[in-house]
Amino acid sequence: MYGRGLLKGLAVTLKRFVGTYLDDIRWLGKNRYYSEQGIAYRSSAKTSGIFTIQYPEEKLITPEEFRFIPFLLYEEDENGEKQDRCTSCGICAKVCPPQCIWIVRTNDPETGRPIPEPEEFFIDVDICMNCGLCAEYCPFDAIKMDHNYELAVYERHDWNIYNKERLSRPVSYYASIRPNNYEKEETARAEAEAAKAARLAARKEKAKS
Amino acid sequence: MTENTMLEENLELQERFPETVSRDERDGYNGYIVDKEKLVEFAKTLRDDYGFDYLSSVTGVDYLPENQMEVVYHAYRSTGGAALVFKVQVVRDNPIIPSLVSEYPGADFQEREAWDLLGIKFEGHPNLKRILMWEGYQGHPLRKDWEEPYYEEEGKPFKNRWPGGEVYRIEDNNPYSKNVRYPDGFDPETWTPVGEAAVYAGLGKVEQPVSEVALSTDQLVVNLGPQHPSTHGVFRMVVRLDGEMIVALEPVMGYLHRNHEKIGERNTFIMNMPFTDRLDYLSSLSNNFGYALAVESLMGIKPPERTEYIRVMMAELTRISNHVWAIGFLLNDLGAFFTPMLYAVEERELILDIFEAVTGSRMMCNYFRFGGVARDLPDGILERIHELVFERLPRKVDELDSFLTQNEIIRNRCEGVGVLTPEAAIAYSAAGPVLRASGVPYDIRRADPYSIYDRFEFDVAVRYHGDIYDRYLIRLDEIRESIRILQQVLRDIPEGPIQEGKPQYQVRVPAGEAYGRVEGPKGELGYYIVSNGKPNPWRYHVRAPSFINITVLEEMCIGSKIADVVAVLGSIDIVLGETDR
Repeated sequence: MYGRGLLKGLAVTLKRFVGTYLDDIRWLGKNRYYSEQGIAYRSSAKTSGIFTIQYPEEKLITPEEFRFIPFLLYEEDENGEKQDRCTSCGICAKVCPPQCIWIVRTNDPETGRPIPEPEEFFIDVDICMNCGLCAEYCPFDAIKMDHNYELAVYERHDWNIYNKERLSRPVSYYASIRPNNYEKEETARAEAEAAKAARLAARKEKAKS
Repeated sequence: MTENTMLEENLELQERFPETVSRDERDGYNGYIVDKEKLVEFAKTLRDDYGFDYLSSVTGVDYLPENQMEVVYHAYRSTGGAALVFKVQVVRDNPIIPSLVSEYPGADFQEREAWDLLGIKFEGHPNLKRILMWEGYQGHPLRKDWEEPYYEEEGKPFKNRWPGGEVYRIEDNNPYSKNVRYPDGFDPETWTPVGEAAVYAGLGKVEQPVSEVALSTDQLVVNLGPQHPSTHGVFRMVVRLDGEMIVALEPVMGYLHRNHEKIGERNTFIMNMPFTDRLDYLSSLSNNFGYALAVESLMGIKPPERTEYIRVMMAELTRISNHVWAIGFLLNDLGAFFTPMLYAVEERELILDIFEAVTGSRMMCNYFRFGGVARDLPDGILERIHELVFERLPRKVDELDSFLTQNEIIRNRCEGVGVLTPEAAIAYSAAGPVLRASGVPYDIRRADPYSIYDRFEFDVAVRYHGDIYDRYLIRLDEIRESIRILQQVLRDIPEGPIQEGKPQYQVRVPAGEAYGRVEGPKGELGYYIVSNGKPNPWRYHVRAPSFINITVLEEMCIGSKIADVVAVLGSIDIVLGETDR
């Protein structure tokens, strides 16, 4: 029969249309909207019915690996003393594909030798392509990718070259947005330190004997 | 496996062409060097006597230190197998090479590209003019001595970024300062563009039919695009119409051109990886794949077992997400405004969520590394993919199928429209679904297997009518085959390391050339890379399927109605990021 294909197609549309309401009814009293489990359900493979997220009231759940604009990490001790993890080795500036990272190395005023701490650190976020290579190849875990994607500003000329102050975040912030990665790195660091200590102890032992 | 892209068998070509054909003896290079006088004859012999009927890619290379221009041709048999590479070398000033368009019409756009970007003239080309830059542009931007606006240094990393840390905004460097050279007698104030005339000239002479009826008619030139909702980006087609019928068609492109290849030659090897994402931005992981294969074959490394599985999994998910998008947009082009599109995109969205969780980004994935991938799969992701691949996607593909396939409007619009014969598809170097919908079962995953595709059981989807309808159907078939592959991947994926050796931000790539090709969702995606042992590639060329597939657009459209052009273009499935590069 001519028109059967059309009707079949319309039946699919109808099914999906009805499905929208059925799903809403199924979720009655369980917060299909504006709740974490509702959003998680709507972005899972089980979803049916209304699929969209009401941004900005609702936001998609950001996965841990999500990357957007790098930031710098600093350690904070009990006295509130901040210590940059960055040693201004320059690997991030060298690996950056659009070359949007600039680093000013600190030099010792007396000897003129470089000190492992950046005097200034700039990222032009207009140019940054969020590739994450800087974070990936940083040997000191000092630069990481952020989760904050709401960066609209009124004046990009005044605002979008980030300096060290604006880039710096405490390690605790990093641990909060990427708990698994943080844990992995901390264990690796602890292991490396333990191995180093063991090596040193062995060498001392050797020197004694 | 990329090593296999070199042909092993001995064809005795040197015996047939004594003194005019020789082996390429340079270290790390392969194939034959052909005298330019014998090029056309050589190509003809390859095609007719040896069955190399598919000229996949034409690449110009500027060897500035040797004062030489080289054109590299990659030819295949459409029955499968490795590439035969042959090259022509000419002196760099005023390079002239005979055109191969008469033997391989698929060389058309690629030769124009080589002329446009490198200034290599192809003698006998029917329509040799600029293709990505505009007519009237001065210079050839891929030449090694050409400097772009905002030029800083020959290669990255730039020296002033560290440890000096000079801060400036790139746009504060006026592009119209010392980097710009005007030709003699050129005054920008009085200059008017002349390019448009050249575009229309490409449509051929108007043959006015001798009017025997009382009504005298005239042919009409219509511009479709560059701003047109159905052109999938800034793409322009200039058509000559006789009534509603297409008489001639010329694609005009380059509106999104950013000289990707020049950027690639300034970049270091690893820096190119995120740039490949931006070629075909709908299937970035396939782009990563091809580039990683090319560089890995130069470096002579292979990724570990688990990585191979991850790569295949990512590439097949990309294919699914690309094809549902293509089907959705084809329907948009046909006028089924957004309902089928959104049904299709919903599935793509779920795949993008997986990409985001694995790679950190939905579209600009930047996930492959040389000899590995950036990071291992996060916990729980395999279960999510499992759920998609075993439950949701098969169901949803069937739903899409019953939603659209038998629809009478779609069938009326698509069946028998934009027909491409298998002979023409091969001759014009069409690739991917376009080629296979014309009855040529050529899929690189089978024809010249790379990575671990030889382990999986799947069929090469093929359809035989070569019309829009078959190009739609073949995408559904390919989604189903991809799901099959994914199910096998999920069954077999082993545990293990994900990176061969230590991750390095500066890889050592030995001198030589390599061509890595993958079956991307849109067709053969190839990367031709020449390294001279330095941190930056000497030549970085992309064989972009979207670009080469539209060589055949005119052939498909002539004789159809103007309303069908948009549908034909939609069925080729191009992405302008890749077309214009």
